[in-house]
Amino acid sequence: MSKLVKNAVGRMVPTEINGQEVIPFKGVGKHRPAGRKYAPPIPTAMDYPDDGNKVVASLKEALTKCGLKDGMTISTHHHLRDGDLVSNTIFDIAHEIGVKDLVWFPSASFPCHDPLIKYLEDGTINRIEGSMNGPLGKFVTQGKMKGTAVLRSHGGRVQAIQDGEVKIDIAVLAAPSSDPFGNANALNGPSACGVLGYATTDYLYAEKVIVVTDKLVDFPNLPMEIQGNYVDYVVVVDKIGIPEKIVSGTTQITKSPDRLLIAELTTQFLLESGILKDGCYMQAGAGGTSLAIGYFVHQLLKEKGWKSKVGFGGSTKYMVQMLEEGTMEHILDAQAFDLGAVASIAKNKNHHQFPVFNAYNYHSKGNITTMMDIMILGATEVDVHFNGNVVTHSDGYLLHGIGGWQNCLHAKNVILPIPLFRDRIPVIKDEVTTICGPGEMIDIIVTERGIAINPKRTDLIEKMKDSKLPIKTIQELKAEADAICGPSQKPNLSDEIVAAIKWVDGTVIDVVRKVIE
Amino acid sequence: MSTKIATAGNAGPKVRSDCFVTLELKDSGGVQIDLKSKVKVLYGDSIVKLCSDVLAFYDIKNAHLQLEDSGALPLVIAARIEAAVKELITTDKEFLFPILDENIYSSEKEQFRFSRLYLPGNTPSMMLNAGIHHPNGIILDLEDSVAYAKKKEAQLLVRNALRGIDFYGAERMVRINQIPNGLDDLKYIVPNNVHLILVPKCEGAHQVIQLEEEISKIKKAFKVKHNIYLMPIIESALGVEKAFEIATSSENIVALAIGLEDYTADLGTKRTNEATESLYARTRMVNACKAAHIQAIDSVFSDVGDMDALRATIKVSKGLGFEGMGCIHPRQIKFIHESYAPEADEIDKAKKIVNAFIDATEKGLGVVSLGTKMIDPPVVKRAEKTIRLAINLGLISENWRKEFLNEQAG
Repeated sequence: MSKLVKNAVGRMVPTEINGQEVIPFKGVGKHRPAGRKYAPPIPTAMDYPDDGNKVVASLKEALTKCGLKDGMTISTHHHLRDGDLVSNTIFDIAHEIGVKDLVWFPSASFPCHDPLIKYLEDGTINRIEGSMNGPLGKFVTQGKMKGTAVLRSHGGRVQAIQDGEVKIDIAVLAAPSSDPFGNANALNGPSACGVLGYATTDYLYAEKVIVVTDKLVDFPNLPMEIQGNYVDYVVVVDKIGIPEKIVSGTTQITKSPDRLLIAELTTQFLLESGILKDGCYMQAGAGGTSLAIGYFVHQLLKEKGWKSKVGFGGSTKYMVQMLEEGTMEHILDAQAFDLGAVASIAKNKNHHQFPVFNAYNYHSKGNITTMMDIMILGATEVDVHFNGNVVTHSDGYLLHGIGGWQNCLHAKNVILPIPLFRDRIPVIKDEVTTICGPGEMIDIIVTERGIAINPKRTDLIEKMKDSKLPIKTIQELKAEADAICGPSQKPNLSDEIVAAIKWVDGTVIDVVRKVIE
Repeated sequence: MSTKIATAGNAGPKVRSDCFVTLELKDSGGVQIDLKSKVKVLYGDSIVKLCSDVLAFYDIKNAHLQLEDSGALPLVIAARIEAAVKELITTDKEFLFPILDENIYSSEKEQFRFSRLYLPGNTPSMMLNAGIHHPNGIILDLEDSVAYAKKKEAQLLVRNALRGIDFYGAERMVRINQIPNGLDDLKYIVPNNVHLILVPKCEGAHQVIQLEEEISKIKKAFKVKHNIYLMPIIESALGVEKAFEIATSSENIVALAIGLEDYTADLGTKRTNEATESLYARTRMVNACKAAHIQAIDSVFSDVGDMDALRATIKVSKGLGFEGMGCIHPRQIKFIHESYAPEADEIDKAKKIVNAFIDATEKGLGVVSLGTKMIDPPVVKRAEKTIRLAINLGLISENWRKEFLNEQAG
């Protein structure tokens, strides 16, 4: 194992991962990359059919034609979420033809990918560089994966592709509709998922690009969210996804009275602090509490006659309701979470497809995320220094991907509405198990038992000094949780590193260690 | 020993903050503890130690204890083990945690009882966060929400909850079982920091007298000094007819509540949102309460999704003279508080009274008067509460008196 050094958040991290040199985290905005962006090899139009028909008989044929071999990196996007039927098939084929040591580079993984564990066990796949949940997370944390997992944010994934840290050999991109040339979108077809924003970097930078669809349409398939000019092969299959698992039919506002209370406290805080105002830019996730906050904000905007100028999605039917009832002017959308959102993209002219490319990317000439006034995020843990964790549980096991979380921390006001404890497990710690985001970027923690403002936000503390809201210090909140839950012991971790957590700039902010059971 | 295996508690995919205990007493082999817990990594050692401590407390030297835990707090785990132990051996010993300092506060006869939140007495997950919704009162229910087979373990859980769960200032209430069975509940709650006991299906003064005798016996034995108030629930035609008799049967009765599910069943009619079928019962009970100078509390509103209907119901309820109602969901609390909140003229009157009281105190006068009218201390107390409530609800500012005096001067 390579030597360990202490990074800027005080975590011991290696300088080499999977045989590749890595840079320890230097602090927010301290790492300045140099050089030129990575570029795929120059293709030649004469190698592609003049009639524009790139359809081949099977995914196996396409993979073979792309030169699938040992050690390659295969990328996929996660727009089909838990209904994805394509990713597992890639590795079934690889296993069948005896290819080994592949790297799977998804933009996220889901429980439907658990069957890949057998290919991690038999060496077909060396490692996953992406999110790890449920049984996959357990497998990795038990130290059973051959390579070291690398977890990146959505923006960090774009960064790694653009600066050549990850070279995608073959991008296998599921598309709800495509023409024979490879122009693809997600608006139509039995597996319609709205947008394909996470596939943009993949199709622009991969050596080879395969589009897999279950709805082949005549040229031209408009809009061309994936542009056929970048596509090598098109494969038509029976089904790319299970519709009811692709988007939730209905995302639901939480029914839990405790979560609703947190949402109310958050909304009241936003109003009293002046963060919520006419014309504000906002982003919130699709979790039950976030949706409740969106709903309460919507009511408040209506009451005041205000509107939000921009809502950045992950969109839901609730955000669409804001658009349609005039409390939100535009939705910029990187992914649609429910059927209401998918339908809206097709019919509402102010509901725009908007790749994460333009919001979350370190190698970009600015990102819209920094313009967001309101950013509602979650966390599995935060600590008294406001550091946040989204990837591991307090017992040491990987359980979530980073998603856009790290990227979103760059917003003007980052608010974490979280319960003070979950099933006896306190959320506020002395030290988070894994640092995914440095405390300087997290502004407000809202729990059912009180609200803590980051001491760095003296402006907010001043504004809220006469508020009747239960403003407390983070230490007071922690003490309250500890008094209820009782003192806890620490998980038993070995020195062995099973996963690296990248910061948005590609440096290593923390690692996950093997859990000794 | 005939039965050697006992169980207590709850387990299952939807159960949270609880545990299921299987205890088998053995003749030899020492104590063996098997723990299955989703918080084992973080709390495994302390849970196992707690298990050993409880068994040792009951002098159990040979046993097999299986614990299936879904994040239960120590006071829940201990109650479950104690329940299993008491299935197998006869003992009066109680495994008690200290009463939380935060839980030592008193209740008053006159305090507002707009909302009181019902919690099933054998469901720990609902108890933990009940207080954060700030109902005026929290009812740990031993009666209808607890299955017959679970009555014993619920008594222990409720006892531990009264001592160890912070309800953030809410009046601490328990609904016991119907008299005479409910008398057996008393020893678990009277010594353990209860403020008020709800007496279900009350049908006459004799039941209250029987209850009070038992309560004073236990108070004496455990040296309990504070008042334990009573809120009989009128749930039958007979109860309605006896309302005044019940209301005046003890000094400790602070309110009567009406329970319309059972009452309408007793009438042989259906309960409707319009509630015309119970108009007589409600007005009769309100009248009895007012005659006895106690509060009249309305039944729960059971459609937790329909806040508009709840508001409409409270409007009628307040109009009839009720001063509060039960809730079965925390989301109802805010609406209930808003709807029973003092209206502008009540607040104005309260301002005058409190102002007169402050004036009198400043001038060293023993008697408070408003114009030519003398004001009794309970009236002042109530006015002060109205003011405090109005401040809390944001209806008037903290500096209301300054504004009031300016207005008077202007």
